[in-house]
Amino acid sequence: MTRRVVITGIGVRAPGGKGTKEFWSLLTDGRTATREVSFFDASGFRSRVAGEVDFRPEDEGLTPRQVRRMDRATQFAVACTQEAVADSGLAFGDVDPHRIGVVLGSAVAAATSLENEYLVMSDRGREWLVDPEHLSPYMFDYLTPGAMSAEVAWAAGAEGPVTLVSDGCTSGIDAVGHAVQLIQDGGAEVVVAGAADTPVTPIVVACFDAIKATTKRNDDPEHASRPFDATRDGFVLAEGAAMFVLEEYAAARARGAQVYAEVTGYATRCNAYHMTGLKKDGREMAEAIRSALDASRIAPETVDYVNAHGSGTRQNDRHETAAFKRSLKEHAYAVPVSSIKSMVGHSLGAIGSIEIAASALAIRHNVVPPTANLHHADPECDLDYVPLTAREQRVDTVLTVGSGFGGFQSAMVLRAPEGGDR
Amino acid sequence: MTVTTVVTGLGVAAPNGLGRDAYWKAVLAGHSGIGRVTRFDVSRYPSRLAGQIDDFDPSEHLPGRLLPQTDHSTRLAYAAADWALDDAQVGAGDLRDYDMGVVTANALGGFDFTHREFRKLWSRGPEYVSVYESFAWFYAVNTGQISIRHKMRGPSAALVAEQAGGLDALGHARRTVRRGTPLVVAGGVDSALDPWGYASQLSGGMVTTATDPLRAYLPFDAAASGHVPGEGGALLVLEDASSARARGVGRVYGELAGHAATFDPAPDSGRPPALGRAAAGALADAGLGPADIDVVFADGAGTPHLDAAEAEAIGSLFGAGAVPVTAPKSLTGRLYGGGGPLDVVCALLAIRDGVIPPTHGVSEVPDAYGLDVVRGEPRERPVRTALVLARGRRGFNSAVVVRAAGD
Repeated sequence: MTRRVVITGIGVRAPGGKGTKEFWSLLTDGRTATREVSFFDASGFRSRVAGEVDFRPEDEGLTPRQVRRMDRATQFAVACTQEAVADSGLAFGDVDPHRIGVVLGSAVAAATSLENEYLVMSDRGREWLVDPEHLSPYMFDYLTPGAMSAEVAWAAGAEGPVTLVSDGCTSGIDAVGHAVQLIQDGGAEVVVAGAADTPVTPIVVACFDAIKATTKRNDDPEHASRPFDATRDGFVLAEGAAMFVLEEYAAARARGAQVYAEVTGYATRCNAYHMTGLKKDGREMAEAIRSALDASRIAPETVDYVNAHGSGTRQNDRHETAAFKRSLKEHAYAVPVSSIKSMVGHSLGAIGSIEIAASALAIRHNVVPPTANLHHADPECDLDYVPLTAREQRVDTVLTVGSGFGGFQSAMVLRAPEGGDR
Repeated sequence: MTVTTVVTGLGVAAPNGLGRDAYWKAVLAGHSGIGRVTRFDVSRYPSRLAGQIDDFDPSEHLPGRLLPQTDHSTRLAYAAADWALDDAQVGAGDLRDYDMGVVTANALGGFDFTHREFRKLWSRGPEYVSVYESFAWFYAVNTGQISIRHKMRGPSAALVAEQAGGLDALGHARRTVRRGTPLVVAGGVDSALDPWGYASQLSGGMVTTATDPLRAYLPFDAAASGHVPGEGGALLVLEDASSARARGVGRVYGELAGHAATFDPAPDSGRPPALGRAAAGALADAGLGPADIDVVFADGAGTPHLDAAEAEAIGSLFGAGAVPVTAPKSLTGRLYGGGGPLDVVCALLAIRDGVIPPTHGVSEVPDAYGLDVVRGEPRERPVRTALVLARGRRGFNSAVVVRAAGD
């Protein structure tokens, strides 16, 4: 019989606030946290709006030495790990370290540090290489970012399986999905899983400028992330992280843990179509959704809330809407669908985990977060996208989805814990 | 009912041989792919060697439109996947699109490509950055390109765990097969031999400054002084044995019988390292004991304290000198995400041909290691099972057990 997996701890660092509480309050208020890029002079760039996190490593208990060696995304992941571990109430010291695993997700990993190192070693781009011995001693950890998951493992005392999943913008769902499989298969009892990305850095902004995937609503940054709205013009690049403590269900119950939600289904598919393009029919995302519902042994009608990918690019919003209709049938028109990217932007690999956090909190509080900035839906996007205002309603079952470069399409189903112990 | 996962196809891109046969011939003959870096002027670098793939012409293997979109590492991965699927005789229409997935390890991303784009950004401006940079760089690029090429729409992923990631990718692919996807292309290919990538590899402090290509990377040798970085790797076709039979597969290289991964404790914890536990876990997963293993393909860091730690792990599990140990990677250098899968290819060919390839270049192994390191000539003997080990920087350990099909 399959072992069941539950979420017992959550940590979030997202634009607009520190920690899970402030994150949830932002979402339920329908406030937006996108702003003009402040981390560097973005005047030469096409898109100058971002979801930035006011993150202070010293407030997270990180020592100067840790800050020196850790990329910004790693610092986010460690801060969220500390919050999630404390939130879980699990005495990690009492768990066999061999039975604790880590699955971290990240799309561009140590991009911030890579760019900083590049500037030093190239004399701001003037040379191929100033001096081959002039690199930071931590450069190796930015070249190949296993160090990110290593830092999380050290923070959690994990000595079981530890890895980094890097599936582009579905990394945050996939990391949690891999962690669930690990516990189901008996490879670990407790897994610290989630994702972090800090891509608000010139090279990444330039990447998306080049393909016009990001918004150019530069004169109105607070309202630039407009999923499903007819006036949307691309996504808002953001940073953030969310980490979870996942446990085997019976063990979590036995210790009397608070349970946010059970992860009852996870599936991922590839569209095998194009590295950045999406077909209009949503076929592969629909297949991932069907598979995740099947694993949960539920019908589409059971889904109370769909946490959309909703990036705010025209092709995504239409692709995704088609996928919901294809997989949920008539229920697609009845179920509330919303995109929190309208408020916190699109933090690439991290956002899938941040959206899992939002989904778990929706179950905990019986509230559906809204899609901010949605005033006039694209006529081709004709579902109930919960415009502007959060909705209080019973939420027992949430479907959350992600879509990303490389063709990845992922879906996860979260359900309220049995026995109504929320 | 447990699904048996078998390997039906091998695709190799190694510094000492392109393709399964060229590589295996080089391994047995002791032909090294290590030499002085030729892609740029390396004279100012403290180390100057690498395992380079010099005989790969991408235009022979990729459609022209993909050339401006892909890093060198992705081109190698693309070709290796083609070879593996040809080897497995997977024909169009044999399997449904959702019944095939891709799981690759990628430790470095499209680094050379990205270096050029960083330079364009900072020397000329954002408008000069390539429209392909957003997907030529990221770690999922090889998985994405292979899935598109072969219309594989099943569960897929990309993993990063430095040199251990390649075995983790095989482990995850096996899990994916067991969970119902009949065929998964899995393994890894990596490369970062541009000026910045090479300097970054040296920054880890583990690369030898030795200059003789044949005596530079010497796993377990008394004269070990670090490793040589290389490029390339391998992709394998993993299949559910019954599905492979159903589509009439004639040849199976072996079974991917076990996998386990562990992580070393934090450096200041005083707790023991975890490589041995990964090895034991992989054996247990395969339902085998130490006495059942015919050969160990070692991680072979080539740095004395890491070699000693691995010797200790192997000795504790098997007993002193009780199992032949080899590290053919002394001929290729360490290949990051490609290293583990290439070792698994080597292990499967050892099973096929009944011969254990030696660790070329190694002559004197400290007695204290208590290891039977295969040196000099290949050792001919029946091989039914092999344990493959890999470690990744900062504490990753991964182990895979392969065995002859039908055992």
